[in-house]
This record gives sequence, structure tokens and C-alpha cells, in this order.
Amino acid sequence: MATAVVETGERETYLNREYGIKSWLLTVDHKRIALLYLMGITFFFFIGGFFALLIRLELLTPAGDLVQADTYNKLFTMHGQVMVFFFLIPAVPAVLGNFLIPIMIGAKDLAFPRINLLSWYLYMIGGVLMLYTIINGGVDTGWTFYTPLSTEFLNTHVITAGLAIFVVGFSSILTGLNFVVTTHRMRAPGMTWNRLPLFVWAHYATSIIQLLGTPVLAITLVLVVCERLFHLGVFNPALGGDPLLFQHLFWFYSHPAVYIMILPGMGIVSEIVCCFSRKRVFGYQAMALALLGIAVVGFLVWAHHMFVAGISLYAALIFSLLSYFVAVPSAIKVFNWTATMYKGSITYQTPMLYAFGFIGLFTMGGLTGLFLASLGVDVHVTDTYFVVAHFHYIMVGGMVMAYLGGMHFWWPKISGRMYPEGWGRLAALLVFVGFNLTFFPQFILGYMGMPRRYWDYSKAPEFQILNVLSTAGATVLAIGYLLPMIYFLWSMRYGKPAPDNPWNAAGLEWTIPSPPSTFNFDEQPVVTWEAYNYDEIKEEVPVAQ
Amino acid sequence: MPNSPVATANHEVHDNPALLHHFATEQQQKNAASLGMWIFLATEIMFFGGMFCAYLVYRYKYFGDFGSASQQLNITLGAINTAVLICSSLTVVLAVRAAQLGKRTPLVFWLLATILLGLVFLGIKADEYAEKFEKHHVPGASFHYHELFPGQEKLAPADRQYANPHHAEMYFSLYFAMTGMHALHMIVGVGIFSVVTFLAWRGKFTPRYYTPVEIAGLYWHFVDIVWIYLFPLLYLIDRHR
Repeated sequence: MATAVVETGERETYLNREYGIKSWLLTVDHKRIALLYLMGITFFFFIGGFFALLIRLELLTPAGDLVQADTYNKLFTMHGQVMVFFFLIPAVPAVLGNFLIPIMIGAKDLAFPRINLLSWYLYMIGGVLMLYTIINGGVDTGWTFYTPLSTEFLNTHVITAGLAIFVVGFSSILTGLNFVVTTHRMRAPGMTWNRLPLFVWAHYATSIIQLLGTPVLAITLVLVVCERLFHLGVFNPALGGDPLLFQHLFWFYSHPAVYIMILPGMGIVSEIVCCFSRKRVFGYQAMALALLGIAVVGFLVWAHHMFVAGISLYAALIFSLLSYFVAVPSAIKVFNWTATMYKGSITYQTPMLYAFGFIGLFTMGGLTGLFLASLGVDVHVTDTYFVVAHFHYIMVGGMVMAYLGGMHFWWPKISGRMYPEGWGRLAALLVFVGFNLTFFPQFILGYMGMPRRYWDYSKAPEFQILNVLSTAGATVLAIGYLLPMIYFLWSMRYGKPAPDNPWNAAGLEWTIPSPPSTFNFDEQPVVTWEAYNYDEIKEEVPVAQ
Repeated sequence: MPNSPVATANHEVHDNPALLHHFATEQQQKNAASLGMWIFLATEIMFFGGMFCAYLVYRYKYFGDFGSASQQLNITLGAINTAVLICSSLTVVLAVRAAQLGKRTPLVFWLLATILLGLVFLGIKADEYAEKFEKHHVPGASFHYHELFPGQEKLAPADRQYANPHHAEMYFSLYFAMTGMHALHMIVGVGIFSVVTFLAWRGKFTPRYYTPVEIAGLYWHFVDIVWIYLFPLLYLIDRHR
């Protein structure tokens, strides 16, 4: 086995097999493409984060004094578009999914390596279009592009922003297509569907949403662009066009997109919780089915974004009821993670801290989602900071926590180096504290009635104290996000070389060297064990350095 | 598969140049490719589905105006184009059959026939578009529409009702969006078939390996089927009078 490799000189890995810019830009190795994505995604994360900090700075004082109203509109629009389409949706699938799925199922690569590279280039082309939009003065439609505001009334860069998201959508579709075909066709002998790690199941469910949802957003944005460029009138009320139709088509993708963002995070948390509790996941099949259940039910709830937009009351009632159903598979997941930890042999390494954070914050985000699914409460808090806090608890408290947890968990495998555990725990703590300080006050603000997307609240100065808390929290959060970037970079040179299996974890990815060789496995693995066979692994997690 | 001689990580042992390094067998590679194309076509259904949904909403809302505007399309050219596309589906099937049997000359012939039929379709479509420009039926500032509501011709001139030009403009917006997107897919299809024809002419395909012919064919059939829906929805909805 690979663990028996004797360190004679330097072992050939996917990182040192070839050097030079060409060997990266033309690579078809899923691991190298994952690292290419990591760079792009980190870049856009900090761009989006920069917009967020400007928003928080503006709201530090009640008066609209830091930026103009129009600039503020652009800031929250581009914060949303960059974070949703260029960070949250691709982050886990394109980085960790890309790196891990072939290894976890015992394959040498994804089914279509060249399409994988193509999807990175599409991501970058979309990114360049987005940067062009930002540099040329930005776009201020709100990330939702609502018509007729976006088609008739604004004269900002709607066309390039729409095209950027259209192009990056195809990157997302192709990644999803690659994952589905890979999971169906590339599994190693013995790797049955019931032995797949939940990380793979999570990406399978995510991919289905990407495949069926993204094209609808794509055609909707094409119609918006055609409306601006060629004066087609599909959404134009002056011709009898229906703005509600736009909202239906937009949310048909953009609500399931929430599950594109959160399901991969659930996959990560399942891996981490099992490893650091030394137990097989509680209710494996229920966990896998819950992932698919969220993907399916997630397609049937979109109009809960439109309760006050003028849809019929009967439609609203049905969509409200269906929205409650999402809570069932979500609760199964939370209960089963807790049950997995019950009587487990728990250790508190950095990835586990992030997993704890995920479970708690996702639960809060999910429960406040139930408030919003009920018609009466939703009317009261629509377009307030309550909604903003709710979806940041899912997106940032859930997805970003899971992403960072996963990055710490698999960083030894990706880079072949250990990150500094002490700094890791400190950053995890900072992220958790900073996050709650930023967004918990926003629940109260929203319930008190502070509307979202306002740059000036001088008529209601009583909101200031909570806004100051929120801005202070955002500052802590920013430090919490900068730290991992710094020590990950540091560890690439100075980190302790990572053993093949630093956590004594189960799973095929831990049976090969860190970092892996280009073709992952020296010989075709044959799987004879169930996923998370921690009852057969006697060693505990090694004590942190 | 574990006993197969090619099922090792060492990718140099393959003797078949068509088999990529990360697949164990040719069958696995072929299955992956065709599953990939089927899934891609599912995404295409959702892509066109957005426009069909919009059509459904407005056809329901502006029933008579859509019928009136539909009368303005050239049904002869539309019918010819439908026939052309159905024939092109046949030539695609014959090309796949020729590839399965390893007959290079018929393969190239049927592929070229498919490309030719695709170009005929696009040419006729361009002619129809030109007619729309001449009649000012293209949405935008110069759009002009003054036509009767369906079934009003028999009435006395004073009693006749005219279709709402805004709603007709909506119809033509959908017409151009749907047929335009379809034509774009045809252009991509002609491009794909040109590459496949070149590869076939170079003798790249054998009865063991002809996956590109097959999956390009799947794509072509899909684009044909979209037209089979577009033709009645856009041309035929008001021809029963």
C-alpha cells in the first residue's frame, strides 16, 4: 500500500510532477484544477468581503455619510452577486468536491477531465466580466435583477453583470454534470451506493440541483439581456409583460441555489463529525436520503420569496406548507449528527470546532427560516434585517463554516503540510464569535423593523447601538477569515510534513500519500468495508501539536 | 473490472489510443460519454423550458392577440423547415448506422447530408427573419402592427376589432427569443457535425469507437425535437379557422 512508500529522495506527487505556468493552465488533473479554483474563489471571497465591510462601515452611523445612496445600492448588489455566484455556489464543489470526489470513490480522475478544465475557464471568464462590471461603475439592481427595474429604469452595467452570471452558470452546470457521471460510472469495485461517503452523496444531490436549476436562471438572464439589447419585451409591463413571471423564473433557480450552497457543507460536516467522534454516522441511509430529499423538496418552495409580491393567496398557502417540509430532512440531519456524537470519543481539533459551529448556526438559520415560511410573520419581516440575518446564518454561519472546516480537515491531504493547530483553533473561535456578533443583532434589528438595503437610518437613531455591534462583529469576522489564509500560505513552506492519515480517519482519500500522486492510486482499490468504519479503526485522533 | 489488464493506475499500459487514461474499459468510457450527453440534454430541456413557460403564461393571457400575430408567420416556409429537420434526423440515424458498421464513405456522406440540411434550415430561417424586418414585426422602436383579431374578417368593417399591438409585440418577442435560441443551437450543431465529419473523413471511427458520432447525433435529435414543439406553438395555433 501507499503508506509503505519509503522516503527516498522526493516522492513524485501531483504538485511536483511538472512545473511551470503551462503545466497548471493546461492541466486536466482534478487536483490541480481544484487548486486553480481555490485561488479564484479566495480572490472573489475577499472582493465580496470588501464590499461587505464598506456596507457595515456605512451603517455604523445613522446618517448616510460614508457613501452616496447610489453607491450603497451598488455595494450591496455586488456583494450579493460576487458572494453568491463567485464564492458560495462554486466554493465547496469546485475546490473540495473536485479534489476529493474521484479519490473518495477510488477513481483516477473525474469522468470528463477536459470539461473540468473548461468549467474553470468559464468561471474565470465570468469572473473577468464581473470585474469589468465592478471597475466600470458596477450594477445596482440588487443581486436579484428584478424587472422592470433592471430592464427599463437603470442605466448601470446590467448586461455585463448578467452575462457574467450566465457564463459562470455554465461552469456550475458542467461541474455538476461531471460529478453525476463520475459518481455513476467511475466508482471502484466494491464502492456501492450504500458505501459512498456522505460527502459524495451531498455533491450528487447538489449536482442535480445545479443541472436542473441553473439553465432556468441562464435563460432568464438571457431574456433580461435581450430586453436591454434588442428590446424584446418578455418582462416589459408596458407591453403587457409580467414582472411576476421574472420572479418565478428567477427564484425557481435561486431558491434551490440555497441548497447548492448548503448541501456540500452538510457533506463536509458528516465526514468531520464521524472522524472526531470515532463513530459510524448515525442513520447512514437516512442521511443520504435526507440530502436527496432536500434537493427535491427544495425545488417546490421558490414562491415563498414572493409572498408580498402579489401572488394568489392560495398559491402562497401551498408554498408556505411546502416550505415547512424542508425542515423535515434538515432536522433529520441535525439530529443524526448529534446522535453520532452521542457517547462518541470526541476531540476538539479545528475541523471539529467548525463542525460544531455549523450545526449550531445552521439550526438557528433553519429555525428562523420557519418564521419566514409562515405567511403572517413573513409579511411582518419581509425585506427587513431579519431576512438578512436568517440567510447569513445559513450562508455564512453554515456554508462558510463548513468550507473552512473542510479546508482544515483536508489541508494535510491537499498540501502535504499540517496547519498550525493553535492558530487554527483561535481563528475558528474568532469566526464563531465575530459571526454571531455581526448577525445576531440583525435579527433584533429586523424584528424592530429596520429595512434592508437602506443606507441611511437617521430617522430611527435607536437602531444605531445594534448596528455598531454588528459592524464590530464584522471586523472580528474579517480577522477570523484573514488568519487561515495567512497560516495556510505559511504552512505550505513551513508547516510540519503531513502523514498520510493525520486524523486516523476512514475513507479512501486517507489510504494514499499526502499529497497524492497524479493518478491518485497506484493500483485499483477494491472496497470491502462500509463507510465510516470507525468501529474497526482502533487508533484515536492523534493529539494536536 | 479489477481483473482487467488495463485496470491499473499506470496509464501507459493501454494499447487502445481511443481509451483515455482514467477509464478502465472502453465500455465504461462510452457509457460515461453518453450519460454525460443525456444529462446535458436534460439541462437543455430546462433552458428551453423557461421560454416555453413564458409562452404558456402569455398565450393564456393574450389568447386572441397571439392567434392574430401567429397568422403573420409564413406557414409554407415553416412547414418546409419542419420537413427539412425531420429528414436531417433520418440522415443522422443513417450516419450512426454507417459508423456502427465501420463504413467510412457512407458515414461521411450522411454526415455531410445532415450539415447540408441544417444549413438549408438556417437559410430558410434567415429568409423568414428578413420578412419580419420588412413588415416591421421585429420588437423595438420601429415595431408596427395593425391586424385584425382572429375571426373578425367576416364582420362589417365598423364592427371589426384589432389585436392589441403591444401583445402582438410580446408574441414576436417570444418568437424571436425561441426561434433565435433554437437557431443558435442549430449553428452549434452544424459546427459539431463539421468536426465529426472531419474526424470521420480522417478515419478516426471504428465499429469499436464511434462515440462522438453517437452523442453528436443525440444533440441533433434534441434540437430537432425542440423545433417539433416550436412549429405548432408558433405557426399553427390559429390555422384551424
